[in-house]
Amino acid sequence: MNIVACIKRVPATETQPKIASDGKGMDHSRVEYMLSFYDEIALEEAIRTKEAAGGEVTALTLGPAEATKEIRDCLARGADKGTLLTDPEWHARDTRTTARALAAQVTALGAEIVFCGRQATDRDNAAVGPMMATYLGWACVTDVIELSIDGTKGHAKRESERGIESYTFDLPAVITCQKGLNEPRYAGLKGIMAAKKKPIEEIAPELVQNMTEVLGVELPPARPAGRIIGQGTDAIPALLEALRTEAKVL
Amino acid sequence: MAIDPYKALDFFDLDDQFSEEELMVRDAVRTWTSERFMPLIGDAFEAGTFPMELVPELGELGVFGCTFPEKYGCADMNGTTYGIICQELERGDSGLRSFVSVQGSLVMYPIFTFGTEEHRMEWLPKLASGKAVGCFGLTEPDAGSDPGSMTTRAVKDGDDWILNGRKMWITNGTIADVAIVWAQTDDGIRGFVVPTNTPGFSAPEQKHKFSLRASVTSELVMEDVRLPGSALMPGSGGLKSPLMCLTQARYGIAWGSIGAAMACFDEGLQYAQDRVVFGSPLAAKQLAQKKLADMATEISLAQLMNLRLGRMKDSGTLRPHQVCMAKRNGCEVGLKTARVVRDMLGANGISLEFQTGRHMCNLESVITYEGTHDVHTLAIGMALTGISAFR
Repeated sequence: MNIVACIKRVPATETQPKIASDGKGMDHSRVEYMLSFYDEIALEEAIRTKEAAGGEVTALTLGPAEATKEIRDCLARGADKGTLLTDPEWHARDTRTTARALAAQVTALGAEIVFCGRQATDRDNAAVGPMMATYLGWACVTDVIELSIDGTKGHAKRESERGIESYTFDLPAVITCQKGLNEPRYAGLKGIMAAKKKPIEEIAPELVQNMTEVLGVELPPARPAGRIIGQGTDAIPALLEALRTEAKVL
Repeated sequence: MAIDPYKALDFFDLDDQFSEEELMVRDAVRTWTSERFMPLIGDAFEAGTFPMELVPELGELGVFGCTFPEKYGCADMNGTTYGIICQELERGDSGLRSFVSVQGSLVMYPIFTFGTEEHRMEWLPKLASGKAVGCFGLTEPDAGSDPGSMTTRAVKDGDDWILNGRKMWITNGTIADVAIVWAQTDDGIRGFVVPTNTPGFSAPEQKHKFSLRASVTSELVMEDVRLPGSALMPGSGGLKSPLMCLTQARYGIAWGSIGAAMACFDEGLQYAQDRVVFGSPLAAKQLAQKKLADMATEISLAQLMNLRLGRMKDSGTLRPHQVCMAKRNGCEVGLKTARVVRDMLGANGISLEFQTGRHMCNLESVITYEGTHDVHTLAIGMALTGISAFR
């Protein structure tokens, strides 16, 4: 099976974000990057699908030239090859532009199934996967927590606010992966050595114009300092009063 | 995966001195240690056990004998990577790094270097995957810093060898499938590959330790252990052979002990920033800042020394006395850092909820085994003066 895992390079979780001087994005200097958390799950599911059904996994991303680091991480964990849609302005692309570029490359790769994380941990849009499926005209199941593929048919369970929903769908399809679907493997030393020999194709993608424009980015206001109301059981009446009148949660 | 809250000290931006591949290994082992090992170590230390359920995972990661060729199931990585792995594992616990050091440097290394191809093919893949555990028998009850005075003896009987003697302070002895045993013969000290199920071989565990509690330490007892002629590692000869193994292990300790120091420093720094005392964070006090500055300086110097050590190992120019200096320095820096941070933590410093006290206890072993601080002092002195002060 021809399998694609779409992955994204995102700032490491412990990054303390700073606003760029133009006020429209993040200051990317001295920021450490990592593979987005949910994309690790997507990659793992892609590798497991290959292990069960045979085939090949391509790790695909749109990012800067440095994103070969995240692709190499995917290759070390078991992807067979990587494709980097090189875009120095990757962080300024909106979801539509990104989804269009990825969908075109998925077509060029001849993929039969695409795995994405349910959302990237930087922007949290949760939109690129479903948009890509729309552009491709493919089935799409989001937030998947259980998946089986049987020939050209798929069965998936997804988490929703209404409960666990079960679906069947025909391939080709886009699956966005939720926590709980699998436990991602570590990149072992042999995988890291093997990754050196695996190919990474770098392509300059054709990109459409953004349809949205970021006007400004601001950090959330600092949390006000906490207040100690008192100690022990004597403090309970004052605590209840504060919860009623200040926090208004009672 | 949960994001690692551990922040490694890198005051001199050494990350840009490592290759992409070395950093990938560092990150993989660091994440594994945070996610898989750290949740277990406090209880394992208290219970005095090694979490054996993690051994297959360590094999899967590929940390056992990572520098040996792929044909033996190993990753064929460079020596610097091995050092980085030791640093990251000992950030978790010295017992974890000891397990990996013994397996790779003291069991797989002699089999690879002194053994026959049959020895290699029989043992290296099993040891690399963690399906087999090995131990290294050199130290004896009355022969520690002076291993040449060992009394364990192997005597020829036809084509066979008969082995008699006792070894002490042997990491992983009780759980080992194979022991590398060093013994006096008519041809001097030789090394033997001894399956631990050979009749006459036993390995009772040494208990009641306050250090390296999450590591199995054993006595090896050999009473008329009959071995085939093929048990002898033909490339071994003289005390130089086990000392070559120790140089490999000491190299890993140089890196590992600084990993423990980095763990303690990180805990001390975070605690100092969080803990408010007399109206301001501990980190705002000059006494605390002096301690932090001193520790960061010593750790940074040791990191630089280790990096140089690794690059020399990979270029084939590393000499044993340089490893002695790095091992001696790493253990001293590690232990001093642990003691200072334990002090900064106040009463919390004696709790297993914090890691520094555990590292402090462990490092008392690490500064002693594989050549004590004093033995390395004399090795450096001999390299500097050309005069041996051992006798």
